[in-house]
Amino acid sequence: MSVLLDATTRLVVQGMTGSQGSFHTRLMREAGTQVVAGVTPGRGGVAVNGLEDIPVFNTVAEATQATDANAACIFVPAAFAADAILEDAAAGLSVIVCLTEGIPVLDMLRVMPRVRAAGAHLIGPNCPGVTTPADGVKVGVMPWAVHSPGPVGVVSRSGTLTYEVVQHLTDLGAGQTTTVGIGGDPIIGTRFIDVLSKFEADPQTDGVVLLGEIGGDDEERAATYIQERMTKPVTSFIAGKTAPPERRMGHAGAIVSGTSGSATAKESALRAAGVLVGETPEHAARLLVDRLR
Amino acid sequence: MKVHESDARAIFRRHGLPVPESCLASTADEAAQAARAFGGLVVIKAQVLAGGRGKAGGVKLAGSPEEAGTAATRILALNIGGEPVRRLLVAPAVEIAREMYLGVLIDRTAQSLVMMASAEGGVDIEEVAATNPSAILRASVDPLAGLPDWQARELGFALGLTGSQVRQFVRVAQGLVEAFVDVDASLAEVNPLVVDAEGNLQAIDAKLNIDDNALARQPEIERLRDPHEESEAERRARAAGLSYIKLDGTIGCMVNGAGLAMATMDVIKHYGGEPANFLDVGGGAGVEKITTAFEIILEDPNVRAVLVNIFAGITRADDVAMGVVAARARLAQDVPLVVRVAGTREAEALTLLEEAGIGAERSMDSAAAQVVEAAR
Repeated sequence: MSVLLDATTRLVVQGMTGSQGSFHTRLMREAGTQVVAGVTPGRGGVAVNGLEDIPVFNTVAEATQATDANAACIFVPAAFAADAILEDAAAGLSVIVCLTEGIPVLDMLRVMPRVRAAGAHLIGPNCPGVTTPADGVKVGVMPWAVHSPGPVGVVSRSGTLTYEVVQHLTDLGAGQTTTVGIGGDPIIGTRFIDVLSKFEADPQTDGVVLLGEIGGDDEERAATYIQERMTKPVTSFIAGKTAPPERRMGHAGAIVSGTSGSATAKESALRAAGVLVGETPEHAARLLVDRLR
Repeated sequence: MKVHESDARAIFRRHGLPVPESCLASTADEAAQAARAFGGLVVIKAQVLAGGRGKAGGVKLAGSPEEAGTAATRILALNIGGEPVRRLLVAPAVEIAREMYLGVLIDRTAQSLVMMASAEGGVDIEEVAATNPSAILRASVDPLAGLPDWQARELGFALGLTGSQVRQFVRVAQGLVEAFVDVDASLAEVNPLVVDAEGNLQAIDAKLNIDDNALARQPEIERLRDPHEESEAERRARAAGLSYIKLDGTIGCMVNGAGLAMATMDVIKHYGGEPANFLDVGGGAGVEKITTAFEIILEDPNVRAVLVNIFAGITRADDVAMGVVAARARLAQDVPLVVRVAGTREAEALTLLEEAGIGAERSMDSAAAQVVEAAR
């Protein structure tokens, strides 16, 4: 089993005709993902080099009608990405993975109520995507080779830090049910608690690694949820202990303002909830593997 | 991006806020002239982006042009939060009956805007939030619909305002939300919002931070950027699409992805070293970007060793490896370099590095331990 995506996922890629879109569509297909359509406004009907068998449409509605797509992956530039999310929600797609970094916060505040009203799951923006190794499904840009099927759920605000930990888990013989990169922006469609509840309910997931970072209070809220609702073990690594205050550390959401959002506050909230917090990403992976033995 | 008070005042005025007139001065003479033109008591305020201006002595009252000149000389000599004072704002002083706080910011948890108001103004609002959270009133604001009259009125009454003050407050609160949305702000603050001796509201300070992600569609705001806000290295990094923040340590870091970049700093610290910088090369890092990143890192005289930590996803490890090889050939070969690459096109990357005689570590922990040793 897995959460969010599985063998029934039929993916439409927005921005598939671009260089990043086509490069990563090829990699998603190699992983086993059923990519059924591409969408680029004004480029309907074109053939993409190496992806000639995947039809390209002008609109998501057309693509969905013609191919029964049920999920979308967004590779379009920041200026157009909020609109792409709205188009997917309007077309009735149930899972929308938005990789785009740099979407203005006000755009996301305007988009979120409509995503919720449509009943869609938005992952991201500014995220690496989702992988479910046992089903051979990868949506996004995570390097497939580091993954392996197994009992660990991974949820993270960072892309590359996720790969780091998944690699360690795989090296330690602990495969993954699903890996979810929820994104580094202040306003994101899916938060820690949303994913933790799915892992708690998933019979195949035995434990979870949660990778947080400075900024906001999503980790603190996750800690409360873990304490009150979760029976499965959770370990964690929080990035940004050495980050100076009031500076945006790359991710738009990664900023310590005043006393709020610091790594130490997050670590103590998680520890108080029974979460084992690693000193390094590798340590967090090792702690979970030890707990599952 | 932070906007100077003088620019924020102009933006707030455009949205109907009662901001007293003011002018800018960059010398004591100009400040004295401004004081003469306004007549009476004036306030002279350092125009710096750093916080804690009042406590640092950056705000003074002056009763005459001579006093204004003296105060200006003193303030212009200050360095506030590492920022030398280059400009002053001179405005007629307002006789204050009471001070309040009013701000709009992003509520990440509720995924909406939030207006915060407090009867305790003029002080650090974070301190109020920490010591007396019940003194802060909050109203959730829909960015599409704006702030309805009733919600603004409710806040006004809760602040203890009466009669026409409430009507004035509604206009101020709505104007602040409008300004926030208009310029894609991440924070808009009036602290203090005062009731003057005649019982009227006046916005005597203005603070505005802009969402960096929105600057592309806010060209007029981008023009307000203070080139001194960032160092030369930070400016060059931004122009090259790199995210760079200088720190005080000795180990230069080049990493892809913000989370891994922070984690790399943390792991260096864990192994007993001190990071010299945060540097996220971002997605799609090619030879040019990597070379610029190396240049910026090596310009820091404190740097004694460099750690490159790349876990490629959207980035291609072979592109990064080519960049590392090219930069290595051109730049400071005497600084120890530890490289760790993994992920998309890892094998190709390792081959490229090996051919250039650059060894590569497979794990972040071993790479960090090694670079800490090299920097000793």
